[in-house]
Amino acid sequence: MPLMLKALWEYRQFILSSVVREFKGRYRASLLGAFWTVAQPLTLMVIYTVIFGQLMQASLPGHDQTPFAFSIYLCAGVIFWGFHAEVLTRMTSVFMDQSNLMKKTAFPRVCLPAIVTGTALINLVIIFSLYLVFLALIGHWPGAPILAVIPLLILQALLALGLGLLLGTLNVFFRDVGQFVAVILQFWFWLTPIVYTTHIVPDQFLRWLLINPMQPVVAGYQTIFLERSMPAFASLTLPVLVALIALLAGVWVFWRHADELVDEL
Amino acid sequence: MAVIRVNQVGKAYKRYPSQWARAREWILRVPSHEKRWVLRDVTFEVAAGTAVGILGANGAGKSTLLKIISGATSPTEGGALVQGRVAALLELGMGFHPEFTGRQNALMAGQLLGLDVTEVEAAMPEVERFADIGDFIDQPLRTYSSGMQMRLAFSVATAVRPDVLIIDEALSVGDAAFQRKCYQRIEAFREEGTTLLFVSHDIEAVKRLCDEAVFLARGRVASQGPVRKVCDAYERALFGGGRVPVSSTPGQSDVAATSGPRHRFDPALAPSCEQRYGSGEVDIEACWLEAIDGEAINVISAGQRLRWCFTVHFIEAVREPIFSMMLKTRDGEAVFGTDSAFLGQSYGVVAAGQKLQVVFEIETHLAPDQYFLNCGVRRENQGESVFMSRRVDAAILQVSGSEKSSAAVGPADLRGQLAVSTLGQSDGQ
Repeated sequence: MPLMLKALWEYRQFILSSVVREFKGRYRASLLGAFWTVAQPLTLMVIYTVIFGQLMQASLPGHDQTPFAFSIYLCAGVIFWGFHAEVLTRMTSVFMDQSNLMKKTAFPRVCLPAIVTGTALINLVIIFSLYLVFLALIGHWPGAPILAVIPLLILQALLALGLGLLLGTLNVFFRDVGQFVAVILQFWFWLTPIVYTTHIVPDQFLRWLLINPMQPVVAGYQTIFLERSMPAFASLTLPVLVALIALLAGVWVFWRHADELVDEL
Repeated sequence: MAVIRVNQVGKAYKRYPSQWARAREWILRVPSHEKRWVLRDVTFEVAAGTAVGILGANGAGKSTLLKIISGATSPTEGGALVQGRVAALLELGMGFHPEFTGRQNALMAGQLLGLDVTEVEAAMPEVERFADIGDFIDQPLRTYSSGMQMRLAFSVATAVRPDVLIIDEALSVGDAAFQRKCYQRIEAFREEGTTLLFVSHDIEAVKRLCDEAVFLARGRVASQGPVRKVCDAYERALFGGGRVPVSSTPGQSDVAATSGPRHRFDPALAPSCEQRYGSGEVDIEACWLEAIDGEAINVISAGQRLRWCFTVHFIEAVREPIFSMMLKTRDGEAVFGTDSAFLGQSYGVVAAGQKLQVVFEIETHLAPDQYFLNCGVRRENQGESVFMSRRVDAAILQVSGSEKSSAAVGPADLRGQLAVSTLGQSDGQ
């Protein structure tokens, strides 16, 4: 572990410029460039706002008077779920995507997860800034509780990184893992109260919902931006535990098999 | 002082009968794979500033060895230690990304070579100049030809002089002019103290560039030591088809060829690619090379006289048979050929059942290398020439240069001599 951190530090320039290059390169041959970073989650938010917020008259208890209450709620979830899904998906395939580089050059393999996380963070920052502008415009600025985004984001990133490292390493040896992750992410999204609220979930299902480690994290963001108050940190015990276990398992599996990765690509 | 220390390196790839077997091994910890060794017991050291060629047939483990030394993959057993900054050009490229431009790829590759951003940026104009690919530098790499990719890769890898330069076959895709430029740069680095590890199928390039060589056969060191000696061993194995001596004690492999007698017989030089054909009236039963004293040989010092002998059994009576011979380079180019008709000899009718011995005596004014010999018996029928028996590549002759050959290029040693004298001085007016 300390070795990995040392390697990350030594290759920080490479990681940094790879993130920048990746970001620039993603939309190289496109006309609208970074717009596409925003377009996809924006579409999702507009569709859900219209369908759930208007057509289905979804309303949030206690927020009948808040303008755009459902949009605020929905976007908080979609934006940060998007980060989660992006890190997990890209981590699962990162070693295969970069097989050419891995086969021909020697560098600490642990740089690749860092580059994935970095790139996902840039995307998050862009869309999150738009969200903040939206909040400011409608007069729903969260104020001081916004600082709680930082610990939540760190927790979320560690969880995705741990799982991603585990799944990404396994995926090199068992290509089924990549398919599995795509399927699971769909379920996971709908099993997390992002588009709907916990209030509409029948009680007998609610406790099943609560074993989902992403649920308290997403709920945390929703609290910050809708209620404009600090999230209930005590509820994060489960995600913290799961993140730690995932991180340990991920680092362990990666550590044991890092040398073999290139032989399987 | 050794910069590269390869100690008992072995590399095995795991082979599973099925994915389920792998899963069983992962979960139940029941070993169910079979190890395929592609490299075993490889030990050698490279002193600072030395150039070492790695030779071997396809699949001998050369690329794997270089990958291990450069750190791209790790050995299954043993270890490889390298001191200093390593620049490696493995199999035509440096892990370039097809969607990024040449410049972006160069910047990234430079960073992975251990340079920091400012160093890479400072080196970029020189990279562009050396690669000489014009506007393509700002085009995505997928639009490059393999030669252009190699130009860029070589330029980046050598933009800043590395302590250790590893080149795997890379130069073979470049055009001749660029190759020369690359060799010049490599030679300049060598003078400044760069250690070189070089894989190429161009044996002449290895001989020219390298001081030492390691010959790998089936993943093991077959021969190592001074470059000439190892190249000879490699060529013998390659063209002679002789069994490769795999030495179990590295560093003590076969005694240098040059220290033996001036001519001798090397059983490993038996040709494996001989072809025989003919219309069948006669049969060349045996052919051999011998020295002037009658001793059978196939290694000779340049300039010595040599006899190319063969025995011909006449199955049918033949009128005016013509005996011929030819000596060729490894590439199959004729160096010298002659026949009895050309030499003005005539034999009349040879009766059925007769056996003749034919001896061509030649002087081997040849550059040190390996040569192939043909022999044949033909007859001429109204201007049509028919081989009754012919043996192509029937023997391999190794010409060794005990005295220094004057041939820098080409197979013939015309015993060139040089004289340069002053003719006086022009005072400019």
